Amino acid sequence: MYLAAAVVMVPVAKKLGLGSVLGYLLAGIIIGPALLGFIGKEGQDVLHFAEFGVVIMLFVIGLELEPELLWKMRRSIIGLGGLQVLVTALLLAALAMAFGLLWREALAMGMILSLSSTAIVLQTLNEKGLMKTSSGQSSFAVLLFQDIAVIPMLAVFPLLATFKPEAVVDEHHTKTLVEGLPGWIQTLIVLGSVAVIILAGRFLVRPLFRIVAATRLREIFTATALLLVVGIAVLMTQVGLSPALGTFLAGVVLADSEYKHELESDIDPFKGLLLGLFFIAVGASIDFNLIMKEPLMVLGLVVLLMSVKSIVLFILGKIFKLGLGHNVFFAVALSQVGEFAFVLFSFSLQEGVLPKETVDLMVAVVAISMALTPLLMLINERVIQPRIGTKESVDERETDTIDEKNPVIIAGFGHFGSTIGRFLRVHNIGMTVLDNDSDRVDRLRKMGLKVYYGDATRYDLLHAAGAANARIIIIAIEPAERRLELIETIKKHFPNLRMLVRSTNRFDAYDQMNAGMLHIYRETLDTSLRVGVDTMKFLGFRAYTAQRAARMFFKLDEANLKKLSSIRDKEEHIIAAREKMEELELTIKTDLQQAGQLKDTGWDDEGILQESLQKKS
Amino acid sequence: MAKLLILFAHPALEKSKVHARLIRHINQLEGVTFHDLYEAYPDFDIDVKREQSLLLNHDIIVWQHPFYWYSSPAIIKQWEDLVLEHGWAYGSGGNKLQGKKVLNAITTAGSREAYSTGGRNRFTIQQLLAPFDQTAYLCKMQYLPPFVLHSTHRYSKADTDMYAVQYEQLLIALANDRITETEWKKVNYLNELSPIPEMIQF
Repeated sequence: MYLAAAVVMVPVAKKLGLGSVLGYLLAGIIIGPALLGFIGKEGQDVLHFAEFGVVIMLFVIGLELEPELLWKMRRSIIGLGGLQVLVTALLLAALAMAFGLLWREALAMGMILSLSSTAIVLQTLNEKGLMKTSSGQSSFAVLLFQDIAVIPMLAVFPLLATFKPEAVVDEHHTKTLVEGLPGWIQTLIVLGSVAVIILAGRFLVRPLFRIVAATRLREIFTATALLLVVGIAVLMTQVGLSPALGTFLAGVVLADSEYKHELESDIDPFKGLLLGLFFIAVGASIDFNLIMKEPLMVLGLVVLLMSVKSIVLFILGKIFKLGLGHNVFFAVALSQVGEFAFVLFSFSLQEGVLPKETVDLMVAVVAISMALTPLLMLINERVIQPRIGTKESVDERETDTIDEKNPVIIAGFGHFGSTIGRFLRVHNIGMTVLDNDSDRVDRLRKMGLKVYYGDATRYDLLHAAGAANARIIIIAIEPAERRLELIETIKKHFPNLRMLVRSTNRFDAYDQMNAGMLHIYRETLDTSLRVGVDTMKFLGFRAYTAQRAARMFFKLDEANLKKLSSIRDKEEHIIAAREKMEELELTIKTDLQQAGQLKDTGWDDEGILQESLQKKS
Repeated sequence: MAKLLILFAHPALEKSKVHARLIRHINQLEGVTFHDLYEAYPDFDIDVKREQSLLLNHDIIVWQHPFYWYSSPAIIKQWEDLVLEHGWAYGSGGNKLQGKKVLNAITTAGSREAYSTGGRNRFTIQQLLAPFDQTAYLCKMQYLPPFVLHSTHRYSKADTDMYAVQYEQLLIALANDRITETEWKKVNYLNELSPIPEMIQF
């Protein structure tokens, strides 16, 4: 039933541009007691089971944490993120007290509600290719801080208990090993378990994985990974700590191991599925009776909550110098309360921090705020952005009258696109730029470039920018998936437009070749070979020889890429880390086999030498 | 029918007036293959196998180029250095080009008078084309008299058109075996086999 609901709702939600999280929520709402009533009482149980999805998610977050990245972004993370959580939590706590909660409850509430939804926001940012913009980076920093902040929150909550947790809150409450032991021994055991995780991760787990990886059985590797996560979760529960904390730690410890990517990709499907279940269960547990009884209060709370959060975000955005367009996006994107709230709510129920009625009410509020987010983002994109900030097109013309005569369109003016643009501009080649970063668009327009602001994959934008009359479009947008979308749009609506496509790597190139692309430019190929040439020169090779060798290698590599593309399985979309390794091995082997072809026989005088020797004798 | 291969070398065709006109209809001539070297090898990485294959498949080779510093643009030299391999084009076992014909089709700003022993350039065109002549000889090829256009900077559009037609006519004649060895052995310039009245000649 759960799976059926998910299978139906998620594609629908995605089609409507609402995002998968919303789809899951809707699925839960529909099949839950409110509408179809297929599931009900056991909703709570499923919630617990699916919480495991959150546990796994934290493992993956720990895994993906890059200490250097964190250090580099420390200013935004601690500054922007820290301030956001602190200010929002305090403000909301104050409001909560105004509504009559005790200060301990209010504090917990404030902390829970200050969090935003990593899943929704990051997914949306990625889908729209906005990760590298100022709003993307700021959102990322804040979400990162929030992810980390969850850990101390989990530790602090038990201290905020206002009453003894209901003894029979749920039958699944596991007896911990440490119940009944004196406090200081409990603390020791907790610290000990944490130490065990860290040490085991460093010294036991990696050799274990090495052995498992040597069997080359993917399933065993996945099973081991799951076993690891489950094991840690169980250990943590036995000790009375949050399982999520334990797996987060494990993730961090394994973050710099060689199996990081393998682990990520193997665990990902489980995480996705369980998270999906989690959201369905959340949707099902939204108490619609409560909402029906007091609709105004619920909606009022939602509006109040999201307004407060947005305002705090907007002010902070101004302090951290976000441009207007980006700031509005930032404030809207993070205004909801995230999925962690559900986890923290059930945790606070268990620990006796918040009473059930309050939790029930706020769960509904949070769910609604999440549901509203995609809608708000849509409104922002279509209604607000065009009005307040960067206009879609400087000339306010009707889309019908297309005056664009430029032969070249450049979609995406980041590092890649801008270099091409500079080169063409120097030669007075007329070009139209499409970009979705309002800051960049404003600056480019000031420099006199013809720029259209918006999502380059949109047909109407392409049409307005003159795609019907242009001769060439350079597809330089990010990420790779958006490029494929754009390719399909152009194939459908502008079949005569020649496409020159940016490619991240050979795997991206395979997808593009499958889509029929002929002109594919792997980002790093030319530059890497240039480094190779310089390396050879520094080692004493003649410059001309090295250059010719590099050009020869380039031609051969391109030819091989096409050959390999034609023999791969076209249905394969997800490329596991191991297959990436295999591909590398294959290319190196091919290189060596073709070493003969790479030999430069120009200006060889062997033959003449031989002949003159023979003539002498 | 003889198959003609035009090895065209112009590094800046967009600045050319005469060559651009000479090649305008060349693709329409039967039995003539037009091969633009600077376009095919902008990085000078001549594909030797491909060039050798082209040579094997044709009977008459024409090096068409402007006369830069009494010789060809650099890519022709690169082409010669790399394509005419020992053991293939010359030397022991090197007879793949035996019997084929080759000639230069050049344009120059200098006048015919300048290119004479007493003239400003001190050497005749034949003397200055000696390296090509000898290269052909070593490759056991027949070196035909060159097609030469002098004083090109003085041409009007009409003059250019006129010479372009002369060039095309000679190419067609060569492609259809209309020029005998006796005939071409008699002349200094191939142009003489398709005469233009003295009055309008340069």
